[in-house]
Amino acid sequence: MEPVTYNLIGAGLIVIGAGIGLGQIGGKAMEGIARQPEAAGKIQTAMIIVAALLEGLAFGALFLGK
Amino acid sequence: METLLNDFSPGLFVVSTILMLALIALMVKFAWKPILASLSEREEGIQSALDAAEKAKREMANLQADNQRLLQEARLERETMLKEARELKSKMIADAEAEAKTQANKMIAQAQEAITSEKKAAMAELKSHVAGLSIEIAEKVVRNELSNKDKQLELVESMLGEATLN
Amino acid sequence: MKIVQQSFKFLVLAVLMFSSASISAFNAGGDGGQVSGKQEVEEYIVHHLKDSHDFNLFSYTDDSGERKHFGVALPVILWSSEGLVTFMSSEFHHDDNGQVIVEKDGLKFTKIHSKIYELEKGATAVKFDADHHATNGAKVLDFSITKSVVGILLIGLLMLFWFSRLAKQYKKKQIPTGFGRVLEPLVLYVRDEIARPNIGEKHYRKFTGYLLTVFFFIWILNLAGLTPLGFNVTGQLAVTACLAIFTLIIYTVSGNKDYWMHILWMPGVPIFVKPILAVIELVGAFIIKPFSLLVRLFANISAGHIVLMSLIAIMFTLKESLGVVGATSLSFVLSFFLLLIELLVAFLQAYIFTMLSALFIGMAVAEHDHDHEHDHEISSDVEDVRGDFI
Repeated sequence: MEPVTYNLIGAGLIVIGAGIGLGQIGGKAMEGIARQPEAAGKIQTAMIIVAALLEGLAFGALFLGK
Repeated sequence: METLLNDFSPGLFVVSTILMLALIALMVKFAWKPILASLSEREEGIQSALDAAEKAKREMANLQADNQRLLQEARLERETMLKEARELKSKMIADAEAEAKTQANKMIAQAQEAITSEKKAAMAELKSHVAGLSIEIAEKVVRNELSNKDKQLELVESMLGEATLN
Repeated sequence: MKIVQQSFKFLVLAVLMFSSASISAFNAGGDGGQVSGKQEVEEYIVHHLKDSHDFNLFSYTDDSGERKHFGVALPVILWSSEGLVTFMSSEFHHDDNGQVIVEKDGLKFTKIHSKIYELEKGATAVKFDADHHATNGAKVLDFSITKSVVGILLIGLLMLFWFSRLAKQYKKKQIPTGFGRVLEPLVLYVRDEIARPNIGEKHYRKFTGYLLTVFFFIWILNLAGLTPLGFNVTGQLAVTACLAIFTLIIYTVSGNKDYWMHILWMPGVPIFVKPILAVIELVGAFIIKPFSLLVRLFANISAGHIVLMSLIAIMFTLKESLGVVGATSLSFVLSFFLLLIELLVAFLQAYIFTMLSALFIGMAVAEHDHDHEHDHEISSDVEDVRGDFI
């Protein structure tokens, strides 16, 4: 197989991993907000930051593989 | 990674660094410093106004509490005064009653005394009067009786008979 | 309710304007004739993502089959092997494939894929190898006033104009009027929601200026990238790298004793772990943090542009199978909703960049209690705890 194909498989794996991670973050944040609606703002901020970190990681991996 | 490095333009990096430095310096000097200074000044103004309002409110509350306290005290004072007056009144009444009673008792006693002495006097007079009358009657009777010899003897006889019965 | 309705109307109007204008720009654009095939669309998108040396608004082919370009030529400034060389970008005649060779001061320059190459002495044409790389030329340091530089200058001047006017307004009155009313809450938002909670009450004043500049710079440039002017400044790796390195320098310079101790000699762990942790922390502080900052912004904006332009290109690529009306309406609906998301992303990326910068600076200036007593007490504040995780 051509190396390009491996790159695409790697990219797919990265996206799957990032998707699972983002799902976890979002889901847990929702749970947290449902449990403590008054802390929604703080949870949201923390969620966005963690999601951004994950996103940075995923993009970094994608671009390293490109 | 290769594409990334290929896309990276060192010239643009240098130019944008210089421009950004200039922009940050200019923005900080001409925009952010005055804006942030006046914002915080305004916030402090609002805060101090709020504090002043809070203080005024507290003072007002204090004043009101004072008023309340004064009112309460006045009410208590009135209450005690009324109570004292009432007590005084009842005491006066009681005193008056007692005095009246003693007075009355005294008067009654005097009256009784007077009555008794009057009675005694009347009795004495009556007695003396009765005695006089009795003596007068007796004298008349005796005179009458003793005018007759038989009757005198009879009397003596009955008298003696009574005496022997004793 | 009325206000909501009105603002919704305004939003819809603005988005319609954006997207229709983008479509028209795309429609008329393109460097190699009418855009129709998938290959050409891809080339066009790749070309758009790169910086360009002229400010081209639109191009069209006139009746005689000649390609006309409408736009402004920008100056090219190069640091070549023999010093500074300047000329106008119009001398390339909108060529981007190494066809046109400009001779200046005895040096030959050509432009291939938005990069300017200096040809070797004696060469008259560019020779390409199998991967379409030039073999007889070398890249020169290019300080040209490119489209991105124009974008930075324009937005910088705009920001200076807006905010210095806002600053002047405060001298006369307490509450700003007009456009200042829009800007003031944004400034307050950055100060109270980003700088203050992340850096801490004690130090935030020093860094607020930088954070505000970066926030508005990124946000406005992101939004400018969605207009048909076709800026892609925040999608240029060089620009995001520059921003990330500013943040790196700021938090490295302002880091206090605690910060360096936590990096080089982490307290509270066994002695043999300390060097390993120091390596990890150093890599984290000097490579991972700035790298994630620069790649995140670059990748988000580039991805947004690629997807948006691909959706707009549906109009041409699916014209055969769906008909003109079908392809146009499909492309319009899809790009409309993507544009809405991109408006959000434009703000979110500016927010995240500023937020993470503030967080990194906050970690560098935070004052820890040395004996780690806070392990025992329950930290009630999310802001306090967050620093321990990241």
